[in-house]
Amino acid sequence: MADEISDAIIRVRDITVQFGKTRVLDGLNLDVKRGEILGFVGPSGAGKSVLTRTIIGLVPKVAGSIEVFGVDLDAASAAERRGVERRWGILFQQGALFSSLTVRQNIQFPVREYLKVSQRLLDEIMVAKLGMVGLRPEVADRYPSELSGGMIKRVALARALALDPELVFLDEPTSGLDPIGAGDFDELVRTLQRTLGLTVFMVTHDLDSLYTACDRIAVLGNGKIIAAGSIADMQASQHPWLRQYFHGKRARAVMG
Amino acid sequence: MSGNPTLERIARGNELALCATGAWTARFAPMLERMVADAEKLGGTRPNIFIDVSQVSKLDTFGAWLIERLRRSLTQGGVEGEIAGLSANYSSLVDEVRRVKAEPIVETDRVTITGMLEQIGRTVAGVGGTLIGLIDMLGAVLAAAAHVLIRPRGFRLTSTIHHLEQVCWRAVPIVVLITFLIGCIISQQGIFHFRKFGADIFVVDMLGVLVLREIGVLLVAIMVAGRSGSAYTAELGSMKMREEIDALRTMGFDPIEVLILPRMLALVLALPILAFLGAMAALYGGGLVAWLYGGVEPEAFLLRLRDAISIDHFIVGIIKAPVMAAVIGIVACVEGLAVQGSAESLGQHTTSSVVKGIFFVIVMDGVFAIFFASIGM
Repeated sequence: MADEISDAIIRVRDITVQFGKTRVLDGLNLDVKRGEILGFVGPSGAGKSVLTRTIIGLVPKVAGSIEVFGVDLDAASAAERRGVERRWGILFQQGALFSSLTVRQNIQFPVREYLKVSQRLLDEIMVAKLGMVGLRPEVADRYPSELSGGMIKRVALARALALDPELVFLDEPTSGLDPIGAGDFDELVRTLQRTLGLTVFMVTHDLDSLYTACDRIAVLGNGKIIAAGSIADMQASQHPWLRQYFHGKRARAVMG
Repeated sequence: MSGNPTLERIARGNELALCATGAWTARFAPMLERMVADAEKLGGTRPNIFIDVSQVSKLDTFGAWLIERLRRSLTQGGVEGEIAGLSANYSSLVDEVRRVKAEPIVETDRVTITGMLEQIGRTVAGVGGTLIGLIDMLGAVLAAAAHVLIRPRGFRLTSTIHHLEQVCWRAVPIVVLITFLIGCIISQQGIFHFRKFGADIFVVDMLGVLVLREIGVLLVAIMVAGRSGSAYTAELGSMKMREEIDALRTMGFDPIEVLILPRMLALVLALPILAFLGAMAALYGGGLVAWLYGGVEPEAFLLRLRDAISIDHFIVGIIKAPVMAAVIGIVACVEGLAVQGSAESLGQHTTSSVVKGIFFVIVMDGVFAIFFASIGM
């Protein structure tokens, strides 16, 4: 078991992504270890979301390889790929809930597609997932347009967790939430990671999240990972952007 | 390490142990559900039943919930259901599912006869609502137009020109092509049937009257309803979904004035132009077929056309165009603003914009026919 805990669940090697002539990612390497919460930071427009979308397979890459759960996604057959996709969950920045389905149907959708289980179990699992993300079962029959921003994030997380994935991608989970809501969300991610043994890949701008939720931090700049390590390593770094980020006005406020 | 899950029954005197082994995870959920359903029947058969989970190699929410469900139903059966041998790794997960309320909420979506009757009643009542909504929008657009007339600086020229390009200029090729083909077809059919009693030349009368009075404008209006009415509804609908219309309102702008008036104006200007071009293309196509297929020389065709039609026919056709444009525009805007938050609703309202637009265009055409007949035009 100890061996498995330390091994990499995502292994990204020499990834290059280009839009027209602009090179967004340039020979990037990154490992995400099993069971950790990796915080992924970097200036706006540096390509954090692009990397996430490249790993998931939504953005084509020019060069490099991506392994998830030890499966090379380029070499994988369609069935192997589906197998991988079933084992990860993704929380999009805007939630990306299906607007014509209710909360209940949104959460049950992936389960219904992959598993042949009774409606009773579907309902029970849906209520359990809602409970895990801190929502009451009464919201189950509402449509996404009737939810608040924070609730949309929570429902989207519940949907991402519907099939009990081993790996979840969170794209700016706390953006647009009030500080208390954001703090709750960080706490929630931490709790879920503990109870479900999740690995979490979290793109974030939120310094609080980095301090309270993340085990390790990776920093993106100039299309590469410029630093990776614990929060203490980040604070000790002499890189100009890192110094500004972790020692700026807001950072001091967080550290209080 | 993660073999198929099992649930063994081991009897020890008065006690019964249900021994869970293997991977109790989502992958095996259908199998687990059956096993648990079987075991649930044991409730009440023994004074003491406990669930031993020490052999479980992997547990997730599905497995934890099913074990919890089994425990609950055993407890309800009068015996004390207990979970034994829970490893520390999974205890927080089991605690989590223990908080789930037992009663899952049931969807109440039954189809009944009264429900169906109610639905019909609501739909009929909705027709009145639709008409009121259209009149309401007409009033709002006219009020906005009056407002702009008083204060011309509020008029959005750029926006109007942009929409004019979209609904008029870009529509010209398809409108001309289709009306040309329809003109060809009318002419061919006319010649084919009129020839039987030697009345070939009357095809020119038929073509001229039909195209200028009816077909030209009606066909173009239907095409515009499908092409631009649907676009208006989709644009306004997605702006409504993304709260852009609310944003405009809070900045102190009237959405009717900013969004709807330029669109309406563009449509009202565009449809007469398109109807005129369409009528010309149809006459050209009809004349071409009359010449190539019917042997009617172009000079003879033009001479006959001059005798057969008067300016009245043309005026009757072209007067209808702006009115139909207004009807299409108002229907499209009402539907656009009625879109709710979901993608499905956007689709429904876009469909109903086109369907209602075409319906009202044909109704208006009928009303105009009665009107012009009674004033003798």
